[in-house]
Amino acid sequence: MARVLVVDDDQALSEMLGIVLRAEGFDALFCDDGSKAQGIFNEAKPDLVLLDLMLPGIDGIEVCRKIRAESGVPIVMLTARGDTLDIVKGLESGADDYIVKPFKPKELVARIKARLRKEDPKSESLTIGDLSIDVIGHSVKRDEKEISLTPLEFDLLLALARKPWQVYTREQLLTDVWHYRNPADTRLVNVHIQRLRSKVEHDPENPEIVMTVRGVGYKAGP
Amino acid sequence: MKYFYQFRQAWNKSLSLRIIATTFAVSTLLVTIIGLVLVNRVSSGILTSKESSSITEASSAINEAQRVVVATDTGAGAPTLSVVVDTAVTALAVRAGQSGLYDVLFLASPEISKQGLPERGTNLVSENSVNDELKSRVELTDKLLWSYTKIIYLDGRSVPGLVVGAPIKINNVGTYSLFLLFPLDKEEETIGIIRSSVLATGIFLIFGLLILVWYLTRSVLAPVRKTANAAERLRMGLLNERVPVSGEDDLAKLAGSFNSMAASIQQQIGQLEKMSRMQKRFVSDVSHELRTPLTTVRMAADVLYESRDQYTGETARAAELLSTQIERFEILLSQLLEISRFDAGAADLSLTSVNIKNVIEKTAESLSNLLARQETPVVITGHAPDIEMDQRRIERVLRNLISNASEYGAGKPIEVEIGSDDEAIAIVVRDKGSGLKPGESSLVFNRFWRADPARARTTGGTGLGLAIALEDARLHSGWLDAWGAPGKGTMFRLTLPRVAQTAITKSPLPLGTGEDEKLELDMSALQELFNVDTKSEMP
Repeated sequence: MARVLVVDDDQALSEMLGIVLRAEGFDALFCDDGSKAQGIFNEAKPDLVLLDLMLPGIDGIEVCRKIRAESGVPIVMLTARGDTLDIVKGLESGADDYIVKPFKPKELVARIKARLRKEDPKSESLTIGDLSIDVIGHSVKRDEKEISLTPLEFDLLLALARKPWQVYTREQLLTDVWHYRNPADTRLVNVHIQRLRSKVEHDPENPEIVMTVRGVGYKAGP
Repeated sequence: MKYFYQFRQAWNKSLSLRIIATTFAVSTLLVTIIGLVLVNRVSSGILTSKESSSITEASSAINEAQRVVVATDTGAGAPTLSVVVDTAVTALAVRAGQSGLYDVLFLASPEISKQGLPERGTNLVSENSVNDELKSRVELTDKLLWSYTKIIYLDGRSVPGLVVGAPIKINNVGTYSLFLLFPLDKEEETIGIIRSSVLATGIFLIFGLLILVWYLTRSVLAPVRKTANAAERLRMGLLNERVPVSGEDDLAKLAGSFNSMAASIQQQIGQLEKMSRMQKRFVSDVSHELRTPLTTVRMAADVLYESRDQYTGETARAAELLSTQIERFEILLSQLLEISRFDAGAADLSLTSVNIKNVIEKTAESLSNLLARQETPVVITGHAPDIEMDQRRIERVLRNLISNASEYGAGKPIEVEIGSDDEAIAIVVRDKGSGLKPGESSLVFNRFWRADPARARTTGGTGLGLAIALEDARLHSGWLDAWGAPGKGTMFRLTLPRVAQTAITKSPLPLGTGEDEKLELDMSALQELFNVDTKSEMP
């Protein structure tokens, strides 16, 4: 049973989220204060975090950054504003995905499941640029040195590496990696490509592994 | 031609050039006229006085000569004619004195000179100094005659002068002509000096005037220019721009008024900005405060809705209503917030280069469920080059137009036409449904306006969609207009500038159908015919 940590200061919403999550077979944990989130996270080791951006104590973006500093656990932000700036800030601080209030329960559950979905690992060994990817071990190595990626970043790199001949549009990546049915916000892709590059490229300014194809999208490097 | 054009440009652009050139022209004209009049008056005065003194002198000199001739003639010993002539000329020369007040020519009349009679002159003066006309006139008169001439000397010199002539009768010989030649070179010199002084004074005056005007223009224009520059910087948004005020004259008043205007503008803008900020803040707060409880309610309603099978009929229906109406409420809330963002001027564009055809296809795709339910196909024709736009907003406009068209289109195909010219692209969305009534095409963009109030409750539109679409178009500096006729369907045209945020003057696609316009024309022609007929029938 997957464990979801809900970090939100609104009691009613937290309780409601609990009802919905339990109905879908998740185990829900709650935290109503940003400053306590880190402690509860370390203690409970959840499989996914639902994080409100507006929190008492320290705000959601800071919480996100702290959790991401220690763990690659999927983080989905709950945001009340459609504000561009907040969403981009949240994504840059390490959130994998976001959902704007008010949302439908089904939509939320779909997002959570997409983030928790594990494909049947096939024994596969892939290379992209000078990186080697071990799909079963969920690890990426350069010169026998492991590079630590979050599951989302790993999936993103894997998608590009599996079809090195293909140019992915942002919408396609949203469908394949984020499992969106109606791809909407391509900023998600932009932000995570930047984060991925900062980890795997020698020089993120001149990418050699995740290449930009102007006006189309991204493809694996040569 | 080129220089003329450049000059025209400089002329139109520079006030100081115009002032200086005008001053130059007017002062030159005035100084020339004044100078000419002055020189004329002075020189004619000098010459007149010289003339009258010369004639007085001449008349007494001639009397003297006549007297000498008569005395010599009648004296004892009866001297020869040569002696008579010499005596007369000598007497006159003595009268004229050393200074050479005048020169003398004592000539025999033409008809007697042929006989080799003696003729005399003083100081090598030439006979040619007196023209023939004067010579012949002097013979026939007994009065003094004078005229201006050029006194020529045998050594080649010549000076301007006045010649006074009179006949002298010598007994037994006939008439001699006596000419006194008064040189005017002194007077000429004086006039020359006066002329050049007047010219120098005139040039100096014009030059001084130009410098004065240039200085005055500059001292007046400098503050004006300064104010103009300040106004320009103010326009560019530097609201702290002010002009230094010095003195209490008109220019200081200009600077003062400008400064108080700038201060007032700054204050107004500050106020508006503050209001806009407060509005933005309010919208954002309302948005946040409302959305969190709404999310909870929404989820609760969904949970109830999902398990409606477990309730009795009426409770199940209540759960259903709760769920659908919350959805409606949600849409309404988000549209209200959007509208209030527009009203506060808080809406901004995030531009990307997009192909409009792709956007239309994508929008139609996202509406495929609705379109399939209404069994309405969408036909897209035409194409346009990529332009910069806020894709999210334009998609929203198109979604609104296409879903409206499918709702009112009575199942007939929706035609989407794309067109472009060099300044804009246009998209026309047309349905073939019942159409708008006359006058309604201007009302459709009003907030909460509905074509059919009774119908709205069932289709669930919020009445804000087109108002938001219009704001979205305006935010792009574009147009959104509507056309409709009963039974001919409805047409919406979105026009967007090819270069973002520039004004457009015309749309690449027409609004309305060509045939209707033709019909209207025919109708008016008929009307006119009819009017003419009725008039001709009148008595």
